[in-house]
Amino acid sequence: MSPTFEELTVGQEIDSRSIDVTRQDLVKYAGASGDFNPIHWNEAFATSVELPGVIAHGMFTMGAAVQLVSDWAGDPAAVVDYQTRFTKPVLVTDTTGTSEAGAVIDVTATVGALDAEARTARIDLTVMAAGQKVLMKSQAIVKVASAN
Amino acid sequence: MSINPDLQGRSYPAAEVYDVGREKIREFAQAVKATNPAHFDVEAAKALGHKDLVAPPTFAIIVAQRADAQLVQDPDAGIDFSRVVHADQRFTHHRAIVAGDRLVAELHVDGVRAMGGGAMITTRSEISTVEGEKVATTTSSILVRGEGQ
Repeated sequence: MSPTFEELTVGQEIDSRSIDVTRQDLVKYAGASGDFNPIHWNEAFATSVELPGVIAHGMFTMGAAVQLVSDWAGDPAAVVDYQTRFTKPVLVTDTTGTSEAGAVIDVTATVGALDAEARTARIDLTVMAAGQKVLMKSQAIVKVASAN
Repeated sequence: MSINPDLQGRSYPAAEVYDVGREKIREFAQAVKATNPAHFDVEAAKALGHKDLVAPPTFAIIVAQRADAQLVQDPDAGIDFSRVVHADQRFTHHRAIVAGDRLVAELHVDGVRAMGGGAMITTRSEISTVEGEKVATTTSSILVRGEGQ
């Protein structure tokens, strides 16, 4: 069931999710997005530019983090605006050949603000990896239908 | 190499057309671990009132980064891509992107600010259909790290 505007309150948690990330996921995202920067798939290159290792595309994290909002809204097109700042890189260790994740991204979505005139909710995302906030001011504006 | 301060206010006209395909929407949706049926099943998308498969909320990055490439690859800009860090990103959708759309992007350089030995560059892509219908506005800031940053 899609949410209705009247049942939302500021501060309410709408969903949370843990996302497992592997090096293969980053290769898939590189191919799908066209962003082939080697810091996202080559350890030697990443460390040569003073990174601790291979890191996820910021856009992978941003794209994956909003999925619980799309699912909550029912229609992905209800997400009319989505922004974030990238504050910390998500380091993805090489777990190729195992069933282990190379990183885990934890996402919590809460209602940050409601606009009764526009019938939109601002959904604020808290996005953590390895105990650090990796996105800041991560906010999606979602169109929400009225009860009747 | 240093960033050309005269970049601010520059714009790059819409270049090649980006044809939004169903398989690309499915591929991108899988890559961001989306499972909403509206990205995969045409009937599910139509049941929500869409013409065809709906792109995920960050799909426009493909079109925007192609437009950004014009700036990053412009020798006159002085940007060393290996020192670029993505600082922030925003998508404003005027309507949903759906399969079958033919999109173009006009790139604007809205800000250039010195940061230590590097610079923060803010760009905006105005994405529309080839017929001129506004589809999305994306804004992005990149930090070009200076030496030792």
